[in-house]
Amino acid sequence: MHPAYSVIFFTTASGAGYGLLVWLAMASVFGGFPPDWALGLIGLGLALALITAGLLSSTAHLGRPERAWRAFSQWRSSWLSREGVLAIATYIPAAVLGISWVFYERFDGAVAIASVLLSILALATVYATGMIYASLPTIRAWHQPLTVPVYLTLAMATGGILFVFVLSLFTALPAWAITLALVAVVAAYVTKRFYWVAIDESPRSLRPENATGLGHLGTVRQLEPPHAQANFVMREMGFKVARKHAVKLRRLSAYLLFLIPIVCLLLLFIASMYTAPFFALVAVLAMGTGVVIERWLFFAEAEHVSMLYYGAEAA
Amino acid sequence: MSSGNAASRAGSDHEASRGQPKVELSQNPADEIKYTTCYMCACRCGIKVYLKDGKVRYIEGNRDHPVNKGVLCGKGSAGIMQHYSPARLRAPMKRVGPRGSGEFKEISWEEALDTATYWLANVRATDPKRLAFFTGRDQSQSLTGYWALQYGTPNYAAHGGFCSVNMAAGGLYTIGGAFWEFGDPDWEHTKYFMLFGVAEDHASNPIKMGIGKLKGRGAKFVSINPVRTGYNAVADEWIGIRPGTDGLFVGALIHELFRNRKIDLDYLVRYTNASWLVIQDPGAADHGMFVRDEEGAPLLFDKKSGGFVKATNPDAEPAITGSRKLADGRTARPVFELMSERFLTDAYSPEAVEERTGVDAEQIRRIARELAEVAFEQEVVIDQPWTDWTGRRHEKMIGRPVSMHAMRGVSAHSNGFHTCRMIHILQVILGSIDCPGGFLYKPPYPKQSPPWLLPHGALPKIRPLEPLGGPHLGFPLGPQHLLLDKDLKPSRIDKGFSWDAPLSAHGLMHMVINNAANKDPYKIDVLFLYMANMAWNSSMNIPGTLKHLTAKDENGEYVIPKIIYSDAYYSEMVPYADLILPDTTYLERWDCISLLDRPISTAEMAADSIRHPVVKPDRDVRGFQEVLIDLGARLKLPGFVDEKGEPKYPGGYPDYIVNHERKPGIGPLAGWRGEDGSKIGRGEPNPKQLERYLENGSFFAHEIEPHMRYFRHANRDYMEWALEMGFRMETNPVIFQLYAEPLQAFRLAAEGHGDAQPPETHRERIAKYFDPLPFWYPPFEETMVDQKTYPLHAITQRPMHMYHSWGSQNAWLRQITAQNRLYIHRDLGRQHGIEDDDWVWVSSAIGRVKCQARLMDGVNRDTIWTWNAIGKRKGAWGLSDEAPESNQGFLLNHLISELLPEGGGGYRYSNSDPVTGQAAWFDLRVNIEKADGANETEPRFEPMKQPFEMDTPDVLSFGAEFKERAR
Amino acid sequence: MTTLPQSTDKKLGLVIDLDICVGCQACATSCKEWNTGGYSAPLSDIDPYGADPHGAWLNRVHSYEVGDGVSGHTVHFPRSCLHCETPACVTVCPTGASYKRAEDGIVLVNPDMCIGCKLCSWACPYGAREYDEHHGVMKKCTLCVDRIYNEHLAEVDRIPACVRACPTGARHFGDIGDPDSAVSKLVAERGGYDLMPEMGYKPVNKYLPPRARRDQTTAEVRPPVETPERTGKDTASSFFAWADKMLSS
Repeated sequence: MHPAYSVIFFTTASGAGYGLLVWLAMASVFGGFPPDWALGLIGLGLALALITAGLLSSTAHLGRPERAWRAFSQWRSSWLSREGVLAIATYIPAAVLGISWVFYERFDGAVAIASVLLSILALATVYATGMIYASLPTIRAWHQPLTVPVYLTLAMATGGILFVFVLSLFTALPAWAITLALVAVVAAYVTKRFYWVAIDESPRSLRPENATGLGHLGTVRQLEPPHAQANFVMREMGFKVARKHAVKLRRLSAYLLFLIPIVCLLLLFIASMYTAPFFALVAVLAMGTGVVIERWLFFAEAEHVSMLYYGAEAA
Repeated sequence: MSSGNAASRAGSDHEASRGQPKVELSQNPADEIKYTTCYMCACRCGIKVYLKDGKVRYIEGNRDHPVNKGVLCGKGSAGIMQHYSPARLRAPMKRVGPRGSGEFKEISWEEALDTATYWLANVRATDPKRLAFFTGRDQSQSLTGYWALQYGTPNYAAHGGFCSVNMAAGGLYTIGGAFWEFGDPDWEHTKYFMLFGVAEDHASNPIKMGIGKLKGRGAKFVSINPVRTGYNAVADEWIGIRPGTDGLFVGALIHELFRNRKIDLDYLVRYTNASWLVIQDPGAADHGMFVRDEEGAPLLFDKKSGGFVKATNPDAEPAITGSRKLADGRTARPVFELMSERFLTDAYSPEAVEERTGVDAEQIRRIARELAEVAFEQEVVIDQPWTDWTGRRHEKMIGRPVSMHAMRGVSAHSNGFHTCRMIHILQVILGSIDCPGGFLYKPPYPKQSPPWLLPHGALPKIRPLEPLGGPHLGFPLGPQHLLLDKDLKPSRIDKGFSWDAPLSAHGLMHMVINNAANKDPYKIDVLFLYMANMAWNSSMNIPGTLKHLTAKDENGEYVIPKIIYSDAYYSEMVPYADLILPDTTYLERWDCISLLDRPISTAEMAADSIRHPVVKPDRDVRGFQEVLIDLGARLKLPGFVDEKGEPKYPGGYPDYIVNHERKPGIGPLAGWRGEDGSKIGRGEPNPKQLERYLENGSFFAHEIEPHMRYFRHANRDYMEWALEMGFRMETNPVIFQLYAEPLQAFRLAAEGHGDAQPPETHRERIAKYFDPLPFWYPPFEETMVDQKTYPLHAITQRPMHMYHSWGSQNAWLRQITAQNRLYIHRDLGRQHGIEDDDWVWVSSAIGRVKCQARLMDGVNRDTIWTWNAIGKRKGAWGLSDEAPESNQGFLLNHLISELLPEGGGGYRYSNSDPVTGQAAWFDLRVNIEKADGANETEPRFEPMKQPFEMDTPDVLSFGAEFKERAR
Repeated sequence: MTTLPQSTDKKLGLVIDLDICVGCQACATSCKEWNTGGYSAPLSDIDPYGADPHGAWLNRVHSYEVGDGVSGHTVHFPRSCLHCETPACVTVCPTGASYKRAEDGIVLVNPDMCIGCKLCSWACPYGAREYDEHHGVMKKCTLCVDRIYNEHLAEVDRIPACVRACPTGARHFGDIGDPDSAVSKLVAERGGYDLMPEMGYKPVNKYLPPRARRDQTTAEVRPPVETPERTGKDTASSFFAWADKMLSS
């Protein structure tokens, strides 16, 4: 699948943003820190900025961005529509929490209910994003039980590191925050690792013989594509990354997305208040780069069934 | 096909109630629908042109039309983009830069016509042969030929010399008809169909419809073609034969049928010259000629009377075997014996041909068995009485349902004439010519075999300001009919009807530029071409051709001093002309697809058609035929001016179409003749004729009555009707010429008999190839180049969605094929270490071409091939310089020599069939090797400048305007 | 309206006969020609006269080689929207631009509502969705919905343009939901099949497989023809004797 940068940026940025929202909301519910208006402003502001930038970026992927509002109508059947609805809905409890936190420095009582709702909606949005991909039987690498968990755990991991970073700017990092972030990163790593194993091991069971229904006559090879130049379907679905590059990129993304952040998080246990933001920032930067590579691979490694009509050997 | 009203009743009313968007289901697609004739290839289907707001909205097939019965191919359905091509010329032009540069100045029609008239009038007044007038994919040859005749130059032909003449001549000298587009299998009844290397652009839709039909009926379809694509892909049996060996394969089938006694003896006796006696007196001046009586009528031996009788004696009981003593003591043998001996020799046994053809002996035997079984055990009987030429009534029409069709793969070889004859002989011995289930003639065929039409234009008879004595092209019966100068030199610039190519019934357009540049046989002043891309894909050896077109003499003048060219588009030929007469598109013109020319008849109907301007040109262009008639009047050619010297057809081409009479009552169109439009075929001009054509969808079709549908070579009622229609000159039967006596006449001359003898250089060649019985010989090129150096055959095919070079300017068609590949058998690729998409060099004796490979399975292992005419020169056809056509696309033409290597005697013959002069561009031998370097084709040529700004948008949104208007 | 109708009154679709398709592209160009001015107008072409000509086509013809050597086939394979019974391309659509018509089962995109998110193309296993790069909306085979009910056309012409044009008769149109329709009978008789049934989309269009070949791979082995009796001294003279006998009897 063609790795469109608008979609890569959208899913990674908004994923981290929603993750951060969950961290902030849940931390507020459990009273993990005092309702410092600046922390609220920076934390929630960063999360909402990432989400909003992601959503805006996603419209760049549209042929008719001015009609984007239409996408909220089909939530009964379409995960993309659900994602849109949930994404917008998330702004409401986020606004309640944000106003209360920043202007009134309170997030207890009734606001906590909004925080819980905010967390649920944020996770649901990420879940919907994951389901957009996981629900497509046409793309084996996406139509996997672990696709949604990958989206969720990565949102929590990337959000968690952002959370640690934001927190480190305001206060000495509490151990629970570092520990939970570590758990989130490890969970994401394990999930992603199993995801990679799963897509490597899941059989590419469809072949041109299935696509054309001509298998009873022998092996099917493309003689001539319908048109001389690549068409939309070939440009969109026919993107391919060589296996050896993919392996390298997977390793690189794992280092950046998991290993370096884990090391940084471990260092944070012993870091001073002054060095902590630096280590957290390193984790953020590594993770940011890593997740972009991860997402690029998520697309680039995915093979679409329709390519069987265009010379692909299996899908 | 469809299941009818599947979609009825589910109208738009339901939509709202189901919460669905409202769809405009019944938008009117046209303000007006006009019927005309397609010109996207040579098939000439009937089309309906939907017009909206003066623009062409849609083109579909006309269901009533005899050719396509409603269907339309990939080309025809993309006609809109041809009509709106950015490469359309927009005004007359005169060249201002050097030839080939593409630098032109637009001029007025008056200036253009004055210039042309001045040039042409000078030549005509001094030495008319110094005009060479050749037309390419011309569909108005009865007009262009007539014009050239009235002008008085011997140098006229269309492009048949590199296309089809082997098929036309092979057929007409044998059965009085031809495959090509002049005959069809009986699609309704045939049970076994053999297709030999066919070019898709002739009878394009009829063959497709026919294949669909016969496969649906369970008939067997065998294809003989080195490549398994297109029609061959759907064959029940594909025979991937080695190119140029079809004659051996057919010879082996004939051998098997003879050996197994599976031939239709009655049919041979009744309809062929099998019983005609041939003089056996080696060394005599009439050896090998028919035994004739005082009146010149051929004789046979009558078993009933025990004596010699006229071969056309209906009461004779002809002997087809046995030597006979003639009155003068010499012996004579019937054709049947000579023919049987030819094919019963071991040289044609399946084992003997197996290796050369690449076809298993067992497969050949099986196919022969299948042919015999279908022909003789599965007769088709139609309950329809008919009367033969002797007056005998037959209660039924009994057919042998084996049919065959052949074209380019046979035609474009230097052994094509004899191979074509062999296929016809195979049909004849099976008794399957013009019978139910067999091969059928399309009116006005069959003609006499060979047709009684001699070529005209011998130099001694050419005089200034005088028309030619008759049509240029014809069918010589012997050396006396050649067109020679006093010194035996060719009369024609293309050396047609000379000792180089005696039976060149279509001329040799492919040799004109070469010969003119070499002033061989003489210098010409004006080269006048129409719709022929001679500077590119229609020539062999393009670099050589371009050199000839720009060659200068010692005074710095072009050796071909003046070139006039008419084309609708900016093709590669345009920059090489001095004066451009811009033609219209096919939707902007009058035309006449005449029975005097290449008719659109089907086996069941005599038919002709017209084109008319369904849209007005938006440029300063004129239909070429219109211009030709105008030039004819300006030059005051007889036939184009009246007694007072005034234009005879002031109304232009439509006036000519209606009022011209070739013979009294016979004109370009056969329908609605006579003053009141009640006559068919023959009748006075009808001033309302074109209106009647327009009312009838721009065509006329007359259905042949059932009792005249078959056996038309010997069907009395048909003959009489054909005479009345002007198709025939008499009602004698067409006797199939298994033994072609005219060839023997040439051979005797070569052996030193008679007044008209070939020059010494030509004797051996004429003696060898003018065999009255067909035989197979290896294509010339492979005998003259080292087969180890060039072990592979190279051929081209035409993509079904392209016609010649036209398709690449078509925004839709070029998306399908913007680059051609070199197709190589998987095993051959492996042998050379070539993989898909690799770049390779293909080299022949005269050059090499770099191209990109694609491996495949369905191709003869010793053959490589590519799509024809996809490669383009930069700057042509309105394409950008980056177009794949000119950067990756290629032509094999660069590798094909127009001349053969020097043979014995130092003479270089054209690379042509020795009998007909047909260009032998499928004889090409090559080798391949993997190429390094840039991924670009070679050779590449200087880009052509575009003489005016062409409207080539970055995005084409054709059709948006129709929608906006609807809202 | 991206939820699917419970059932459709008809299942209009195409039956494509791979046994006689010669790959002439008539269905592809006639489709382009009709639809670039019809319901989906226009079907844009990018760089039409340049280096990379490509555009939106609702029907494309592939060609494949199947099998090897003497038993190999070349198969021309036209491919367009199959108007599936359970088309995920519809249900994934976030805007309702894609829908399946309840009356005839045709899957359509409303070009005025489409936002060009391309998700439907991801959901289609058959590569049948065609994005119009220039207009930013998705286009697809409409089964010529603006022809098949069009009262301005003669009744016999109320069929999709591709079916109308096809020279070999390899394309058939009708109600595949009606077991008595001509197309359903054809499918039954010729063993018409679905493309990739394992995807679960339940395509309506059917493909008819190439008929069995009749060549050396299938020809029944028959005893060699008896060598004809030879009465003469050599092949030719015995042959002449036979011919004589035949014609005298």
